[in-house]
Amino acid sequence: MSNKATILIIDDEVQIRKLLEITLESNDYTVTQAATAKEGLVMAANHPPELIILDLGLPDEDGHSVLRKLREWYNNPVIILSVLSNEEDIIRALDNGANDYLIKPFRTGELLARIRSALRGMFMEENNPLIICEELQIDLSARTVKKNNEVIKLTATEYNLLALFAKNEGKVLTHQYLLREVWGPGYISQSQYLRVFIAQLRKKIENDPNRPEMILTESGVGYRFVCKE
Amino acid sequence: MAELFINKVSRARQYLFSILLVCGVAALCYALTDFIGYKVVAFILLLTVSVIAMLFDILPVLLAALLSALIWDFFFIPPHFTLQVGTTEDAILLLMYFVIALVNAVLTYKIRQVEKQARQKEEKAHTVKLYNTLLNSLSHELRTPIAAIIGATDNLQTNSSKLTPQNKNELIAEIAKASFRLNQQVENLLNMSRLDSGIIQPRKDWCDISEVVYDTVKRIEENKITQKISININPAIPLFKLDKGMLEQVIYNLLNNAVLYTNPGSKIDVVAICHADVLQIIIEDNGKGFPEEEISLVFDKFYRLKNSNTGGTGLGLSIVKGFTEALGGIVSLQNISTGGARFTLDIPAETSYLKNLKNE
Repeated sequence: MSNKATILIIDDEVQIRKLLEITLESNDYTVTQAATAKEGLVMAANHPPELIILDLGLPDEDGHSVLRKLREWYNNPVIILSVLSNEEDIIRALDNGANDYLIKPFRTGELLARIRSALRGMFMEENNPLIICEELQIDLSARTVKKNNEVIKLTATEYNLLALFAKNEGKVLTHQYLLREVWGPGYISQSQYLRVFIAQLRKKIENDPNRPEMILTESGVGYRFVCKE
Repeated sequence: MAELFINKVSRARQYLFSILLVCGVAALCYALTDFIGYKVVAFILLLTVSVIAMLFDILPVLLAALLSALIWDFFFIPPHFTLQVGTTEDAILLLMYFVIALVNAVLTYKIRQVEKQARQKEEKAHTVKLYNTLLNSLSHELRTPIAAIIGATDNLQTNSSKLTPQNKNELIAEIAKASFRLNQQVENLLNMSRLDSGIIQPRKDWCDISEVVYDTVKRIEENKITQKISININPAIPLFKLDKGMLEQVIYNLLNNAVLYTNPGSKIDVVAICHADVLQIIIEDNGKGFPEEEISLVFDKFYRLKNSNTGGTGLGLSIVKGFTEALGGIVSLQNISTGGARFTLDIPAETSYLKNLKNE
């Protein structure tokens, strides 16, 4: 990988910054660092990076409010890194515009995969109607889905759900977001629909619906659609 | 036993019982005034107050003492039916009666206070003992992995030139293993303190049980286990409305327990069944099972099997119990006749068969 994307790390822990610096630089990213929210916001404004890794527990300001301030003008991906593992915090961060989140302690392989996926999403061509994910082909203009070149019969709702996932490949979509987008604002508390349709969709597109490789569960938060690289 | 009586009976009832007892005994004595003198009545009433002092709190006892003195004066000391006392001798008797009754009440109460303090001391000693067990187990469980990490990094930093590549890899693997273990212990401690603080509130939402079980098994299998886990769930099982995170933690801890305490290559079975509105999850292994006499203790906090040599804080199963109960369910353990242990979770929850409807 030679994209040399610049990544800004906003984290007050020296050890975590060091670990991230080594991990990212050895994977050909350029790294800049900030130890406080104030410093981070200034650095992001002066030299907007391709991606920001933001810690939620900063000493001078709540990470959620830093995220909101960034999102007023910053459109590149933001990945949240936090020791807070409760679902409300994660959902709040995703609702405030974070692209992804990782809980400390995290595996570096996982972090790199999330960074790649977030950056890929940024460069994705907006007008491509055909999304190919392994043996799966989703044609957004013809509204058809093929697996191994065979057409898969999907109901309208199943198709809408899959298309939404495919357009947000690699990104965590919260339960509420999915319910609102696919079923409408009146359904955001009807999570049983989501469970049922996720299970049905997995039966149709996954090789082993019990061990899904495309539609992954993010416990208590939502689902993530991934294509193996 | 006296203490138990006090704890069970409310303050209002204690007053009522004291009054009834004193009046009852006095009425009985009054009926017998032809046979016994009024001085004997004083002793009988004193005895009654003593009995009350053994059973009740200080205030109802003082009331009994006062009431019995008045009754004795009014009904028994001549002249009858007045509070007047005829002779100086009787006046002294009445005064002494009153003082003895009070002293009796106060002394009995004091003795009970001392007993209570002794019991509290004993309880405190027990808590300290439990706390020490915790500290011992914790310092062992936390320090062992830390020692492994520090030792391994020391080796890698100072003896780097003398180590073979294989040794280096092994040291790094040790660091990874120790960090994983440390992380798991911290996770258990955090869960335990959440349970202890009482702030844990299940957040119920619709759960696909197959998804929960398969995901949890996948997480366990990522630790490169040698045991074989098989899952048996009817695809038509309904959705259950319960706290998914808590259920996952319960299943994870039970599976982790089975993985820690069975031999390599053992079999672990996970079964989920729906009985009316109760979710039943059975996790069984073909290991050695539990010693029968310790089965009732394994869910206790910090309890570890007497002959266990593998690490463990004794928290895993107590978290299972705590979370299951927070979900409104029960967990039980029994040995299987063919060998091995069977944990059964019964969790009542709302179900939805929406899953089985033909969609759209």
